[in-house]
Amino acid sequence: MPQFSVWASKYRVRFHRLGLGPHKDDLDMVLRRFGIGYNTGTNLNSLRFVSLRDVMSSKTFFAAVAASVVSLSIILSAAAEQVDVDALSAALRAVGPKGQGHREASRAWRALSKADADQLPAILAAMQGSGKLAENWFRAVVEAVAQHQLDSGGELPIKALEKFLADTKQLPRARRLAYELIASVDKDAESRLIPELLNDPSLELRRDAVAVALIKAAALETAGQKEAAAAAYAKAFAAARDLDQIKEAATKLRSFKQPVNVPLHMGFVMHWYLIGPFDNTDKKGFDVAYPPEKEIDLTATYQGKLGKVRWFEHTTTDEYGIVDLNASFHRPKDGNAYKLTPEHKGAIAYAVSTFVSDRERDVDLRLGCINANKVWLNGKLLTANQVYHAGMEVDQYLAPGHLKKGRNQILVKICQNEQQESWAQRWQFQLRVCDRIGTAVLAQNRPLNQTASK
Amino acid sequence: MKRLSICLTIVLTTSVLWGADWLQFRGPNGASVSRDSAPPTSWSKTKNLAWTKDLPGMAACGPIVVKGRVILTSSGIEKRNQLYVLCFDADSGDELWRRQFWATGRTLTHPFSAVAAPTPASDGERIFAFYSSNDLICLDLDGNLLWYRGLAFDFPKTGNDIGMASSPVVAGDTVVVQLENQGDSFAAGIDTATGETRWRIDRDHSANWASPIALPGKRDGRDVVLLQGRSALSAYDAKTGEELWKYELPCSTTPSVAVSEDKIFVPANGLTVLNLPPTASVPSMAWESSQLNPSPASPIIAGDRVYTVNSSGVVTCGDVKDGKRLWQQRVGGRHWSTPVVAGNHMYCINSDGAVKVLDIAAKGKILSKNDFGEPIKGSPAIVDGALFVRSDRHLWKIAKTP
Repeated sequence: MPQFSVWASKYRVRFHRLGLGPHKDDLDMVLRRFGIGYNTGTNLNSLRFVSLRDVMSSKTFFAAVAASVVSLSIILSAAAEQVDVDALSAALRAVGPKGQGHREASRAWRALSKADADQLPAILAAMQGSGKLAENWFRAVVEAVAQHQLDSGGELPIKALEKFLADTKQLPRARRLAYELIASVDKDAESRLIPELLNDPSLELRRDAVAVALIKAAALETAGQKEAAAAAYAKAFAAARDLDQIKEAATKLRSFKQPVNVPLHMGFVMHWYLIGPFDNTDKKGFDVAYPPEKEIDLTATYQGKLGKVRWFEHTTTDEYGIVDLNASFHRPKDGNAYKLTPEHKGAIAYAVSTFVSDRERDVDLRLGCINANKVWLNGKLLTANQVYHAGMEVDQYLAPGHLKKGRNQILVKICQNEQQESWAQRWQFQLRVCDRIGTAVLAQNRPLNQTASK
Repeated sequence: MKRLSICLTIVLTTSVLWGADWLQFRGPNGASVSRDSAPPTSWSKTKNLAWTKDLPGMAACGPIVVKGRVILTSSGIEKRNQLYVLCFDADSGDELWRRQFWATGRTLTHPFSAVAAPTPASDGERIFAFYSSNDLICLDLDGNLLWYRGLAFDFPKTGNDIGMASSPVVAGDTVVVQLENQGDSFAAGIDTATGETRWRIDRDHSANWASPIALPGKRDGRDVVLLQGRSALSAYDAKTGEELWKYELPCSTTPSVAVSEDKIFVPANGLTVLNLPPTASVPSMAWESSQLNPSPASPIIAGDRVYTVNSSGVVTCGDVKDGKRLWQQRVGGRHWSTPVVAGNHMYCINSDGAVKVLDIAAKGKILSKNDFGEPIKGSPAIVDGALFVRSDRHLWKIAKTP
């Protein structure tokens, strides 16, 4: 007795294993349309068995024929094979901006997607040297290969993937993918693998490890083990690089009356010299090189927007390094609302800080600013953003730079426009110096007693 | 042999294909009207709720439905650079596949919104998933990657840290995207097959969340798209990017233009309606009305009626001929989701997830009230008598259950 639906159901995943994925869902669709349904996931439950009488009814017979043709087409399609990962991966890595390399990459992707699951570690390793676009092409092909394998009832090469995960020389995102593949089939993967990754170079893996550490600390707290809990929160805080986790750990440490120094942990620059206002009427000052862009002389006096201006010293006590220029330049209020004064609207301020570095090194200067802005490091423009009142967040603008050993000069230009809405009155910025994964890089001349620690 | 098998598959399966698809934001022709039968007007946990699915992350966009598949996007909540494309079986709700990517552009948004804010689009064979980070991802219906563009990776000053939300639209073999912001602001036409840029044009340097719309049919042999901006409504050849006409008109930047066979409904000065010529020539003014004031949901065109929901939660019905106000009905709340119509029923979903179903043949009489119980910002889809709704964290199918 032909039980076409059962046969098709059982073998659909095997056809898919043979790299015939594009046709699998067509088969599913045909069968479902005729009321022959089953779970389309890897669990082949809920099959409705087809009886001889059913077969002979025109509706089911037609469905069976349709399913057979589709299945036949699947058989005749290409099967999975050991593919040349090196050659095909090169095409993915070659993807560039503006659609560059797409045609070759698409062809290579289709071929790579038929790879045997045993080649997953090789594909992950081939991500090394990828740009951000290519990383996504690789991600998609890894997911496709893994799904094919699992849908066909096969297994992933877990041991090889764990070995790959443990190799910190591999690309962080590739290692993250390896972990996700392991975790997709092993419910114990998180507890087994993640806790050791508290100081991992992969931010995503580290984040998961910090999350686990915070949960463990909370459990200790609930159990009344205060000292152990405080120590656990401190460990999580030290490892955290994502703002939400830093805030969570800091809040907990404070509740235990433990010292916590967020500016130090994050590398916020707290000490500045400020000068202004210079003119930004009609937003035209953004590209005007006022004197601070030509020289930094903290004793000099210049012609500003409304009279003479000179540098003055300012240290912020805000925990996230926010410098409030309305307050620093004494903007008057009318009740709770700021007055629309020409010194503070259509105005530009500059902030400069000297950063003494113990060595030459690459860093990120990470700016948060609600106003249009520019940042220079040692006279080199790192970033310029002519954006007004579109939000402000920590790490809003990333500016890679290079510190020299000894004295470095960080200059920030903050441009306020003339909008009158109440939500367009903030004039402020925050800046931190860190490495590529957000670990603070601290100046040797950091004023120790002037951080906003509590 | 492979071609033969594919042809046979197509022949045998076309007869069993689904009803009309919902391929883009606001469905067929962007009118927010389904030609299929109307879904139930009321539902509960035990009645007419076919299925509900938990979703990873969150989104401010709606689902599309393509050949029996419900496609949606999502983005991470704490890990905002995490992008998802998800596919569910429209009948059973089974998850068919999910794909995850890392955003290459800016991922800051207003807390109310999400990186997954634009509604995806499809040409019936490919899915075009777009995000506030300006990543544009093309997959086939089985989740296989066809190409990946990082439009903000290409132009790093492109972005809006409040979030971007303009949905892509497919016109012919070009997917058109509108990326207007204070930084590097432009619109582009991307080849649907290869992901290569067909054209790119500069746009106003200011925020704009409205979506482009493709005109039904061709004009002088061309596929035409309309883009609204702060100073004008413009028409472009979708394939070449050639500007065909520009109508000076300060347009709204949130609700999007809607079109009928012979009119263009522009959220401007309330609602400004232009006569849409059959050729690619400049339209003329038909009428304008400050009583029809879509905000933030887009206008809906159903037959000879136009419907708007204003910021106070009042639905207004107007005559498409002259804008004469015919009736109003208070539905309450703020509607980021554009209502959808099937038959005589209009489904109005506010941002809290509360739903009122109106009888638009009976002057907007409220037929029922329902509640999804969580925020909803994306516009729903109606296919085959089923209402597909994406709330912050769930996908819902409302359809007659036994």
